[in-house]
Parts: sequence; C-alpha cells; structure tokens
Amino acid sequence: MTTLEGSRLTWALADGWTVARRDLIHWANQPMTVVFGVVFPVMITLAFGYLFGGAVEVPAGADYFTFLMPGMYGMTMLFGLSATMIAVATDASKGVTDRFRSMPMAPSAVLIGRAIADLLNSVLVLAGLLACGLAVGWRPATLQGALGAVALLLLLRFSLLWAGMYLGLLTKDPGAVVAVQTLEFPIGFLSNAFVAPGTMPGWLGAISEWNPLSSTVAAARELFGNQGWGGDSWVAQHAVLMAVVWPLVITVVFFVLSVRLYQRLDR
Amino acid sequence: MTAVLARDLRKTYGDKAALDGIDLDVGRGTVCGLLGPNGAGKTTAVRILTTLLRPSGGRAEVAGFDVTSQPRQVRRSIGLVGQQTAVDEVLTGRQNLELFGRLYHLGAAAARARAEELLERFGLEHQGPAKEYSGGMRRRLDLAAGMILAPPVLFLDEPTTGLDPRSRAEIWRAVRDLVAGGTTVLLTTQYLEEADQLADRISVIDAGRVVAEGTPDALKAKLGGDRLDVVVHDPARLAEAAGIVGGAASGPAEVDRDTRHVSAPVSERVQALTEVLAALAAAGIEAEDVALRRPTLDEVFLNLTNAGGGAR
Repeated sequence: MTTLEGSRLTWALADGWTVARRDLIHWANQPMTVVFGVVFPVMITLAFGYLFGGAVEVPAGADYFTFLMPGMYGMTMLFGLSATMIAVATDASKGVTDRFRSMPMAPSAVLIGRAIADLLNSVLVLAGLLACGLAVGWRPATLQGALGAVALLLLLRFSLLWAGMYLGLLTKDPGAVVAVQTLEFPIGFLSNAFVAPGTMPGWLGAISEWNPLSSTVAAARELFGNQGWGGDSWVAQHAVLMAVVWPLVITVVFFVLSVRLYQRLDR
Repeated sequence: MTAVLARDLRKTYGDKAALDGIDLDVGRGTVCGLLGPNGAGKTTAVRILTTLLRPSGGRAEVAGFDVTSQPRQVRRSIGLVGQQTAVDEVLTGRQNLELFGRLYHLGAAAARARAEELLERFGLEHQGPAKEYSGGMRRRLDLAAGMILAPPVLFLDEPTTGLDPRSRAEIWRAVRDLVAGGTTVLLTTQYLEEADQLADRISVIDAGRVVAEGTPDALKAKLGGDRLDVVVHDPARLAEAAGIVGGAASGPAEVDRDTRHVSAPVSERVQALTEVLAALAAAGIEAEDVALRRPTLDEVFLNLTNAGGGAR
C-alpha cells in the first residue's frame, strides 16, 4: 500500500478531521439521535417556561422566557460535558481508542477529532435552542451582542470538552457517565440560570454566583441585552470578564490533564 | 528473518509482575501461538509488541523496529485485532474500513478501493451498520481493518474467544489465507486446539513466563500426547482396569473413583486403544465409555508446572 506523505501538523489536523467525520457519519446514519439531541433542551425549555415560569419571580419588566433562555443556552453547554465523556469512555472501553493508538496516525488526532465533532454538535444544538427562543418571544438586542454571547457560550462548551475527555479517559467506563449526568442538573440549579442567587440562602447564593456557569449566563444576558439578576458581588459585576477567565482556566487545567492521561495510557 | 523478537520482556505494576521476562522469536511468514490461561500475560505481551504499552524491562522488535524507540515505524508494519471488536458499530463495514484507511493515510480513492477489496475478500458485503453483524462477521471486519495496509505482522489477541464453532472456523480460514499470503501472525489463545490448528510454534505462557516452547507436535509429545479415557461400569474392577490401561500407556494411569474414570497418556493412539479394548474384553471388564482425546489446557499446565517449570 502506498501512503501519503505530509508534515506532523498537517496530519494532526487531517487525521483529527477524519476522526471528527466519523461523528458526522453517525449523524447521517442515525439522524434521530441528532434530532433528539436538539429536541431535548427545547423540551426542557418549554417545560420550565410554561410550567414553572409563572411561579418564578423575575426581574421587574422582564418575562420569564427572556430571562430563562440565556440560562438554558448555558445549561445546554453544560450538558455537553457528559456527551463528550460518554463518547470518550465508550471508545476507550470498546478498544477503539487502542486501535487508533496502534495505527500510524497522529496521536493527537483522537482528541482533536473529538473536540471538533462535539463542538459542531453543540453549535447545532445551540442553533436549535436559539430558534426555539425566537419562537417563544425571546429577542437579542443587537446582532453584535448576540454573536458575542454565542461566542462566550461556545467558549464554555470548549472548556468542558477537555473536562469531559479527562473524565472519559479516567473512568474508561460509559456507565460512570451517569454520575456526571446526575450532577449536571444540580450544578445548573446552583447557578443563576433558573433563579436569582439572591433568593438562595447566603452561602448557597455565594457558591452559585461563583459557579462558572453563572458567569457565562450573566454575560450572555448582558450581551443579548436581556435583563439579568444583577447582584452586588464582584463576580456578578464582572460577568463578561469571568465568562472568559473561567473557561480559560478550565481549558488549561483539563487540557493538560487529559493530554497527560492520554499520553500515559501506555503505562 | 525474525518478524517478532522479544528478549527478557518485563512489565510490572507496583511489585506485581504481569510479564516476568519472556523471550520470543517469530520467524517471518510463520504463525506463533501464545497459549495460556486468563491472566497469564498474553495480552500484556501483545500490548507491548503493538506499542500500546511501555515495557518495564527488556526489549522487543517488530518487523526490525524497536517498539519503544521506533513506535511509528512499528505501527506502520502491524495490524492489531484486539480482544474486543474495535470497530464503530454505528458505521457500516465499508464506512469503517474507509475511515481506518484514511487514518492509515491512504488517499480517498485508495481507501475506497481498499475497503471494497477487503469487504469482498472477507465476505462483508452486508449494507447495514456493524451492530447488525453476527459475532463472526464483526471479528472478520476487525480482521479486515487490521489488514488495510497489508502489514507484514499481524497480532490477534484471542481472535475466537466467545465465537460459535462455525464463526471460529471462518476466522481460522481467514487467518490461514493471510499466512499463505506471507503475513506473520502472532496470536494468543486459551484453546490448545486453536494453537494446534494455526500455529507453527507455540509458546506456553503461565504467570508471565514462557513455561514451554516448541512446535505443536513437539509440545504434545513432551506432554505425553493424547490421553486414553476409560469409564468402568463396576467400581470394584477399577484397579484392574487401571492396570490394563497403564500397560498400554506411555505414562502412569490416573484413577478417579467418584466418576469410575481411568485416564492415561498414550503415544501410539490407535495401537493403545486396540490393546486396551482387547484386554478389557478378555478380562470381562465392562466399559461404559472409551475415548481418545487431547490433553486439556488444565492438564498441560499441571504437567508443565509439575515438571518443574519446563523451559525455565
């Protein structure tokens, strides 16, 4: 067999794209899985909006959907954590990761491909949810702001990619994902996504304000021009800054951890 | 020429040795069987030879490349069919092979052509996703994925564990075809019969060490070859029957009172069987069952470990 030549970087990207394309073929072979992935957050949104919306105290002059939508956008990015973890753990447990590692492809492509595929999936899911928001009357104030908000949301998703990869490689067990999935809702509730931290007991409110999800959601509300909860604390006052800082910190920490773990699979 | 070479290969986890210094010499174009029970170190050896695991000591070469210092060259020279079926179950057979072809850096057209060729060769023209495949088909797809670059050395880690007899025969046929085409194969197995069927040479591994090495025939001769089993109807005549069987056998007869079983190794199988049948009939001992059989793996290990560790 004749194989193609190329530099290491070229192959890292080309192989990464090939690995990502595997997920795109999954979408084509199992379109219902993709549809369900888009519909699930929409259903949660509608349930929260119509069932609980009337009971939740919202900032003066806002309706609950205006307030809820940025929270749901953030939640959806958080759900990506278990999505990445399950994909990585499944490949590791089924020997697919080992097959890749025994092949003359770029080793980094396994992680790069996962990142590309999951980010594309999140773009799709977020687009579906944005459309749902527009349908129920949520409106961003400016296009520029909206693009900024979407960028910050995807930045959070990008950081959680590496956390998901780390956890997937660490457990190598798709069953362990249940634990992470179970934690996603509490983490989401313990933020400003659904209710105001100010209404929580003091210490819970403080944890909730420092939740990275809160920073992203508050920054998204600010950039979308949707009314937020405000809040006097430093972290609430610097939401946009923290919506950049938190994901960068998470990315750096878990990128290093997951790459190290991947390289040490041969121990 | 040596296709796979290992010298004093070791892998330790803490103070536990998974591989306790093994040597291997697999000639080019031959089949080497690593035979041993679960936990003997077979998979550890394969994982080191396929660059998935770093050895703690010793050295190994595959297709002339060192597994620790030249992993990329090794990966270009090998195919690995691991214990699990490592194919994407959502993808069709064709999509799997094309994907792996691209990752082996065949161009798009070459990957497509190679996939086509392998699908035909391994009888995998089913259109649906791999999860619809039977166990045997999935293993063949796995084998095809390992053969994309037509590598000179192929590693098969328990290729037929969990397969039904028909699928097992299919895999054996596929492996024989590959070997006929010049591929060197290193396979691990728990089944003596499988090693006997496929391997030119067998290394018996136990507790991370090679306890015996040789051609299947040489090993069998060393282990006393086949065994003759007789089930006696009347327990009172067991001792007498043991005497008759022992007289025709190449080793001492073992007696199990509970099952009224007499068993002994025989070298000349047909002659021993004829002698024993005639002697039993002459003595008027009624046998419920008489059978010639291969020694079980248990007996191989009992024999090898009792004999003071064989080669080492």
